[in-house]
Amino acid sequence: MVIGLEVHCELKTATKLFCGCPNMFGDEPNTNVCPNCLGLPGSLPVLNQRAVELAMAIGTALHCDIRASTFHRKNYFYPDQAKDYQISQYDEPLNVDGHLDLPDGFRVGIERAHMEEDTGKTTHAGTSGRIHGADYSLVDYNRSGVPLVEIVSRPDMRTADQARAYVTELRAILVASGASDGKMEEGSMRVDANVSVRPGPDDPFGTRCEIKNLNSVRSLGRAIEYEAERQIALLESGERVVQQTRHWDEGAGRTQALRSKEDAYDYRYFLEPDLVPLVPDAEWIRAVADTLGMMPAERRARLTELLDEGGGATRSQLLQVATVVELRLDDLVVEAVAAGVPSALALARTANEAATDADAARALDPKSYVELLTLEANGSLSATQAKAVLAELFVLGGGDPAAIARDKGFEAMSEDSLAATVGEAVAAHPDEWARFCEGDDKLAGFFTMLVMKATRGQANGKAVAAELRRLKG
Amino acid sequence: MTGPRPALETAAMVRAGEEQAVDVLEHHLAVIDAGEESIHAFNLVTIELARTQARAVDATVTAGGDPGPLAGVPVALKDNMCTRGVPTTCSSRILDGWLPPYDATVVTRLTEAGALLIGKTNMDEFAMGSSTESSAFGTTRNPHDTTRVPGGSSGGSAAAVAAGFAPLAIGSDTGGSIRQPAALCGVVGMKPTYGTVSRYGLVAFASSLDQIGPFATSVADAALLFDVIGGHDPLDSTSLNRPTPRVLSVLDDGVDGMTVGVLAELLEGAAPDVVARVSEAAEALAAAGARVEEISVPEVRLGLSAYYLIAPGEASSNLARYDGVRYGLRVDAEDTVAMNTATRSVGFGPEVKRRIMLGTYVLSAGYMDAYYNQALRVRTRIIEGFAAAYTRCDVLLGPTAPTTAFAIGAKVDDPLTMYLSDVCTIPSNLAGHPAISVPFGPGDDGLPVGVQVLGPALSEGTLFQVAAVVESAAPHLASPRITTGAPV
Repeated sequence: MVIGLEVHCELKTATKLFCGCPNMFGDEPNTNVCPNCLGLPGSLPVLNQRAVELAMAIGTALHCDIRASTFHRKNYFYPDQAKDYQISQYDEPLNVDGHLDLPDGFRVGIERAHMEEDTGKTTHAGTSGRIHGADYSLVDYNRSGVPLVEIVSRPDMRTADQARAYVTELRAILVASGASDGKMEEGSMRVDANVSVRPGPDDPFGTRCEIKNLNSVRSLGRAIEYEAERQIALLESGERVVQQTRHWDEGAGRTQALRSKEDAYDYRYFLEPDLVPLVPDAEWIRAVADTLGMMPAERRARLTELLDEGGGATRSQLLQVATVVELRLDDLVVEAVAAGVPSALALARTANEAATDADAARALDPKSYVELLTLEANGSLSATQAKAVLAELFVLGGGDPAAIARDKGFEAMSEDSLAATVGEAVAAHPDEWARFCEGDDKLAGFFTMLVMKATRGQANGKAVAAELRRLKG
Repeated sequence: MTGPRPALETAAMVRAGEEQAVDVLEHHLAVIDAGEESIHAFNLVTIELARTQARAVDATVTAGGDPGPLAGVPVALKDNMCTRGVPTTCSSRILDGWLPPYDATVVTRLTEAGALLIGKTNMDEFAMGSSTESSAFGTTRNPHDTTRVPGGSSGGSAAAVAAGFAPLAIGSDTGGSIRQPAALCGVVGMKPTYGTVSRYGLVAFASSLDQIGPFATSVADAALLFDVIGGHDPLDSTSLNRPTPRVLSVLDDGVDGMTVGVLAELLEGAAPDVVARVSEAAEALAAAGARVEEISVPEVRLGLSAYYLIAPGEASSNLARYDGVRYGLRVDAEDTVAMNTATRSVGFGPEVKRRIMLGTYVLSAGYMDAYYNQALRVRTRIIEGFAAAYTRCDVLLGPTAPTTAFAIGAKVDDPLTMYLSDVCTIPSNLAGHPAISVPFGPGDDGLPVGVQVLGPALSEGTLFQVAAVVESAAPHLASPRITTGAPV
């Protein structure tokens, strides 16, 4: 199986690619429009500098060469295409020859990442839901002219899992670079898959089919697997694969032919005469690169290194690392470790508890979070208490963890009163205490339980253990 | 008022409070009233808009303000430039009922300069033509002889100025659409350097060639108008972001020491009386101190062929948007594709359809390299040819059109012959260079001949200097005497 992916990503700009209209799809239809994005006679495109910067950020994050580029017109008639041509980069794209490394280290080549404008959105009334046979159609041009970057991979992937991992990682990169919100289900990231099969890894590529309408990573994987099986079945029964565009039907779980190569459009590409070449100079490219934050792979490596210092990461910790980076909570872990919190604790709290409400966690002042973990690390708060305080921090949107702990009555018991409570427990159970002193370590749990009961859970387990060891001498 | 008065003089008088803009306007409306029926220069005379503007200009003067360099001067606007709330038709049925929600940059600049927008002028449909006969709203007639064409595509603008309907007019020039009708109507017409006048709001024909420019009865008035409409516009990405030459102030600088090249290739297909006028203009320049020599730029011969591949190619894409979906004409049919087809079949005239088909063909897979891309290579050759000539010459000289105005109907059925009337003007469009047509007396038939001065990019100052000298030496040309109701 050979897979190449084309990913369309809507850029998160304030305005559209060639006019000043708000880039806000989903508003009241046809409110964010102007002569330009409606394709009115006499209107002219003016390139949005911010969109170029975001496209360059994507190119930088995907290790592409960023170079002088041009825009072409792709001509075809469709009601949601306001000018009946789309302005798109064609043979001279902005970003070329990059790569993306999957978390397992597999490298997928990036052929190009080019800029283009989105179309309007057509709704066909009637039973067919398609333009043919519709009673009437409504077009919303709010999306017309929204900036897109199309990222075209090389046909390097060999399994549906790799395709899934590629899209997941690409989405994380697009979000991390600030270029996109990466919402596949809302259409701000759209994936087309090119799939072909061949008898063995050294055979030439077979005839490919392009699959459209993949609205989730899950659909992508299912569609690729279905399509590969369909093609294999064709070849095994002595037929041939016809190059065509196919539509993924999520409900039926299969792909259906849309159009074949023979009736493909002739787009009559030619250089867009209303725009001048886009030639980013080295200084601009560097400035964009400088503002680019860390990419997910780098963030994962950073956390793994912290765990290595603490003795190496376990398999489950690697999953925690992936979760924390995906939710963009890794800065919290790094800050906590820098403040002296053990890496395993910082990672676990972040991947398990903070991750339950990642938005709230990201909104939190990192200082509060680090302080909370410090209190837990130094034994001032129990794990249970720390989790409760974190939940409260989320509700309040921040605050002083020590103060919240006090309000909750979690004020760590003074050493004296803890010692007194432990002493009482020991005195009340002389037999068990004797066995504990003789080396039955299991009884530590028994005494801890008694202390917890007596303090209604407020005692710190570690502090209790320490007191028991002290008494034992 | 008697006879045409220079716009410069009118503006000066209005600014000084010596004349009211409303009176200037009413005078011109009266001239239009008397002559428009036989000329048909306008698709629409915007009487109320102009009156409102005239009152505003007068109010500014009364209040002690300055309405601007075109104060109270009526300007006719080719009907392919958007005017907010005023029909903009491109002389095509396809834009039936469409009211632009915005003003073209050139309209804004004219208004801010105190001009009065007196009307939208007739043109070849979507500026495709050389005679104004492809208009969906009837032919404009040449004020010098109403049985003749005014040229095109900006025939309405040229005729309006020649007939005294407006002292100034605006046209657009894709392959000669300002200069050729200016020559045929005996007025000054100028195509600026590509990127000098904003195309924002100009309904596109061939975007890489289209350029807006002035019509006037004199070189000085054309300079006045050019200075107003030129200059960088952030709304047009191809607008040059550098100082536009100011031409009015250098008009009288003369041609002493300049080298003028008479461009041999432009004389090749021209009628003998036209060639004679060009020679006289060259002699006049020599007498004024210029060094005159004959020069050859062989690449220029390829211009016409290249143009008729590039311009239709771009046009086929530019005119795709007239699909009946969003604005203008819609002819209902059973489904979207049928509606598109029906709308375009009814809405476009034969010349527009011809060029859309031609353009679609030359951009098609399999033919693109042989035609469109080849034409682009020719375009580069022409630019190089001109560059070589301009190492020796400051400006080039030639005829604007091969003949004087031809009879209405003479070439409509023969597109190739019609296309040849732009042979002298097309090279400047392909090169993006400025060129100006100056009336230079009558031809053997008594009809106006235009002499064309061509220069390299951004040489407008030099161009106007030369044009002023040519103008001062021009033989007398009788003013048009419009006979009413002349039959076609």
